[in-house]
Amino acid sequence: MAHRRVKNIDYDDDEVDDYDQEEYGQEGEGEELSPEDQEQMRQGTIKVREALGSDYQASDKVIQDALWNYYYDVGKSVSYIKNAVKPATPKKAKAKVETRFDKAASSAEDSAYGSPACIYHESDSSYQLAPRISFPFPIPPANQRDTATTRDFFYDVPWLHVPHQRLGHLSLVPQIPKGGLLGGSGKSSKLAALAAARRKKEEDKKTTSPSVENQSPDRAISLLDRLGKKDALPIRGSDSPSKTAPPEGRKISLRPKPAPVEAKEPSPSIEEQEEASPVESYPIANIKADPSTFAEAMLGLSRGDFSPSPQQSRNTNRRSSIKVHDFSISNAFSGPSPDDVVLTAQAKVSKNSESPAPSNPVSRQPSPPRKNRNINVLEEYERSDQKNAASFVVIGHVDHGKSTLMGRLLYDLKVVDQRSIDKLRREADNIGKSSFALAWVMDETSEERARGVTVDFATNYFETNKTRFTILDAPGHQDFIPNMIAGASQADFAVLVIDASTNSFESGLRGQTKEHALLVRSMGVQQLIIVINKMDNVCWSQQRFDEISQQMSNFLTSAGFQSKNITFVPCAGLTGENVVTPIKQETAPWYHGSCLVEVLDSMNASQRAISSPLRLTISDVFRGGTNNALSLTGRIDSGSLQAGEQIIVMPSGERASIRSLEADNNPAEWAVAGQIVTLHITDMDPVHLRTGDIVCSASSPIQNLTSFTAKILAFEHVMPMFLDVHRGPLHVPGKVTKLLGTLDKATGEVVKKKPRVVPPGAAARVEIEMEAPVPLEKGVRVVLRAEGQTVAAGLVE
Amino acid sequence: MRLIKNNIIQRDGSGSVTLCPEVPEDMWHAYNLIRPTDILRANTIRRVVTKQSATGTTSSERMHVTLTIRVKSTDFDTSAGQLHISGIVASENQHVGLGQHHTLDLELHRNFTLEKADGWDSIAIEILKESVKTGNTAQLWAVVMQEGLANICQITEHQTIHRQAVTVAIPHKRSGTSDYEKAVTKFHSTLLSTLLRHIELPSTPSPSNPPPPLLIASPAFYAANFLKYIKETATSTNNKVLLSYCSTILTAHASSGHMSALAAALASPALRSKITDAKYARETALMDRFYELIRKDDQTAWYGPKEVERAVEKGGVGRGGGVLLISDSLFRSQDVRTRKRWVSLVDRVRDVEGGEVRVLSSLHESGKRLEALGGIAAILTFPIPDLDEDDEDDAAEDGGQGERDLLQPLGNVERGVEQLEL
Repeated sequence: MAHRRVKNIDYDDDEVDDYDQEEYGQEGEGEELSPEDQEQMRQGTIKVREALGSDYQASDKVIQDALWNYYYDVGKSVSYIKNAVKPATPKKAKAKVETRFDKAASSAEDSAYGSPACIYHESDSSYQLAPRISFPFPIPPANQRDTATTRDFFYDVPWLHVPHQRLGHLSLVPQIPKGGLLGGSGKSSKLAALAAARRKKEEDKKTTSPSVENQSPDRAISLLDRLGKKDALPIRGSDSPSKTAPPEGRKISLRPKPAPVEAKEPSPSIEEQEEASPVESYPIANIKADPSTFAEAMLGLSRGDFSPSPQQSRNTNRRSSIKVHDFSISNAFSGPSPDDVVLTAQAKVSKNSESPAPSNPVSRQPSPPRKNRNINVLEEYERSDQKNAASFVVIGHVDHGKSTLMGRLLYDLKVVDQRSIDKLRREADNIGKSSFALAWVMDETSEERARGVTVDFATNYFETNKTRFTILDAPGHQDFIPNMIAGASQADFAVLVIDASTNSFESGLRGQTKEHALLVRSMGVQQLIIVINKMDNVCWSQQRFDEISQQMSNFLTSAGFQSKNITFVPCAGLTGENVVTPIKQETAPWYHGSCLVEVLDSMNASQRAISSPLRLTISDVFRGGTNNALSLTGRIDSGSLQAGEQIIVMPSGERASIRSLEADNNPAEWAVAGQIVTLHITDMDPVHLRTGDIVCSASSPIQNLTSFTAKILAFEHVMPMFLDVHRGPLHVPGKVTKLLGTLDKATGEVVKKKPRVVPPGAAARVEIEMEAPVPLEKGVRVVLRAEGQTVAAGLVE
Repeated sequence: MRLIKNNIIQRDGSGSVTLCPEVPEDMWHAYNLIRPTDILRANTIRRVVTKQSATGTTSSERMHVTLTIRVKSTDFDTSAGQLHISGIVASENQHVGLGQHHTLDLELHRNFTLEKADGWDSIAIEILKESVKTGNTAQLWAVVMQEGLANICQITEHQTIHRQAVTVAIPHKRSGTSDYEKAVTKFHSTLLSTLLRHIELPSTPSPSNPPPPLLIASPAFYAANFLKYIKETATSTNNKVLLSYCSTILTAHASSGHMSALAAALASPALRSKITDAKYARETALMDRFYELIRKDDQTAWYGPKEVERAVEKGGVGRGGGVLLISDSLFRSQDVRTRKRWVSLVDRVRDVEGGEVRVLSSLHESGKRLEALGGIAAILTFPIPDLDEDDEDDAAEDGGQGERDLLQPLGNVERGVEQLEL
């Protein structure tokens, strides 16, 4: 985190500099009024004066400023000037009574505005917020929004050699340390310097302007008054008077950043200061210092508004955070009373003098780095009375009803509400696929819905009284087997869905029913629930059920499943019989077993390697919402992890730290093997993360290999050949370089050295070479595929 | 290549040829043709150092000279189509003395003269014939893709050149965000711009000289989606050239987005009709047949140097269906004896046994598949069981050694290719 912050600061600094220059160019041009502009200005002034009538005292300067800001819109200017000038009368009396106040206020104005050049040009500490604090009633400048009028106030003050008496209390606080949130580092920023230069020009112009005289006292009071009057405050917006109006025909820079800076431009006083100060303070941000009240106030406002996308680089952080910053200011001014603002300012300054470098609000945006609490996860895990967590993959041939069955399950368990189902039904009806409505609970992309086929595995959660389940709904189509492998690699057990309809079962057995079963077996899944689906199509015939069960158990036992680990459940996914509610006796009097959910509940979670080093296979990398720039999900294959922990991602070998994590869709502090977790990580560039990468503990990272020896079980003929090596969601092209020998399946002894070809069903030891390094270690299961067929499954040796 | 002069004497295979490479593909032929110990004469640039004064100062000058070298090694850059041949100067001239080293870069449209030290053998003659054939410029661009991964390659008569891989990380579907769709669009646009950079479509549609057709192969509907994206882009940007190119784009099914899936895609029926007489299509079909026979396990298909040699000895690769598949990389062996071994084997099958011989390009997918099998395989006319049986005994010493030697050059070539592709 700290590391990140420092980076941020550097970057920001550059950004600001760039920005300044750009802005300067623009403004510099903007200062010179073109002849057309002058003419327009002249006419506009006359019109406004007419419109205002004699009730309002407004100098040409004010009018011109207003016109300038409103792009020569007479109507808007008039209303603005009315707002600005009108309240003068009643307030006058008050001001007269409070003479001291008045005096202070005006001198504050003087000091603030009368010496802008000092403020921005000189690098001494003359410009601090502090002077204002020392005033008895320091209200006005702190809240100053409108500057066009203030400006006139100090028309007669030379901009460098300010008369000594006018500096007032400024001399009181020369001891205030340099630097800090508002005062900046004492060195004026480029931004400030540019603003000052601009001011100077304006000043020069003003001295030539004839009618700027005599306004100052009234104006000061009117300003005071307006501070209390919220409505009169110009609200930031495209036509806000507080915005520098570029000359007509010129566009405001399109860059997203300018907003705040532009906004403050006409304001010579506190606005400028506040805007400039964060900029100033970046380089000196002291990470350890407490945040100032100001920063906290701003943070409070801006937290949660901040949503950088993971792809965007850090300057995006900067950008959006400026926006937030800016937003909080405008809020602050529209909200609290002037007194509050003053108090804030006071607090700010006092903080400032205590801690020279308050933390920078921008870098505070993401919540501070999580300290590794060094939880003993193992103990914690044993103590916790968590429900069992289990994940299962739903497999089977395409169109055998996997997604629909899961949709039905979630619907009947009230995980998906009636409303969403109704919505899906309508949508499905609209494209004439009403039977797909339940499947659409799982199939969410437009592609999947339009084609009526699951493409990628979908994850969903539900809970029974005993266990929290994660569903991994795998695609059945042959082309998406890599996705199915990715899903199955996260599962504890599998649910094999078989269509009981005539011919469907048979074609499935030749197709993916067989392949999927072999795949999950070779990926280490021991327990299997066979759901004989669409029983309603065969009238719940016991004969059909028995026939399928018979064939399947023959096949599965030959594939290496133990018959005690296979459970057969008849059901109908579309209509929902025997899914959550047990089937009625009259429909299937022959069936006495439990319904699908009960069977699911009875599965025992397999033993997990909690105490081994951490291994987590990333199944997805994404932007996890507004607060998390980079998140990843995956199943913890072994070991445990906790928030704040350092991790290494292989094969890139990049380090990152876990900011927070979610286990089984709920926020958690730690997680152990077997759980599917979402990690929100920091300090890493997303380019280093790919689906299929392995997250390891920093202490014992996994090694990258380009070639390995594996014990394989062949499903097809294996000879030296090109194939794809799948390791969970990861797959790389590779080739079998050598057949070292065929093995006896039972004993593992070499039967024949250097075989010419490994026939289907045989075990062998082979050497495999891959085109890219892959994180592998002993005992990792791989699947070898070629030309769209699963050739073999292997165990890395 | 153009044959400028042919001085080969049929009787003993001595003599020289003068050739002029015209297209980049010819460099590949030259690479297969030019072997170590050959005498090569070509125009080149050499820095000639001349001693000038008594103080020993030297000056150097780059000058065009025609040099004759005895080849020591060759180096072929697949993706750039460049051939560098280094050797020792074999005939001196006024600038370069005998025995000095020089590396010739063969260039297009510059003649070179080649003389074989130990005569032109049948394979060399065949390559020569193949290379001077005109009009066989069948060419194809192919994109093998899946979601988030695509390989762009160029397929010519004799080579498959892997041009570039495009990968974009695509997140999983997730309700409530459009990240997935965004990533897919980004993938498509990256892929299309990369592809167009390689294909270099002309600025205006030219019916007389159409760009080579494009094949998009993928599992499921990804190819169709990409084609749709190309069409949409062409329409929305009003790109007439691209729009007219769309009609030449074919889609096919491939098992994955990796290069190894290309072979299967090329064998697809949709493509067969278009490129049926191209060499690579024939080779792919042949390799498929070989694998088929292996799967049947009826002992009529064998691979590996020793097994095939034995099969030939026993007359298995003869008339009536015997096919010897051999990778051209075997003939590029640095070792003259090894090369002779394969040349004589080929000669025997062709001339004595009457079988068919197919020399597969090691730069095609089919050739690579064959290389994985050791570079040589045979389809027999009758089953011969247990050709590898007695291998067991001498596997450790003799057989294993021979095999390793044999595979060595293959390994080199392959590593070279891999590096170039990177």
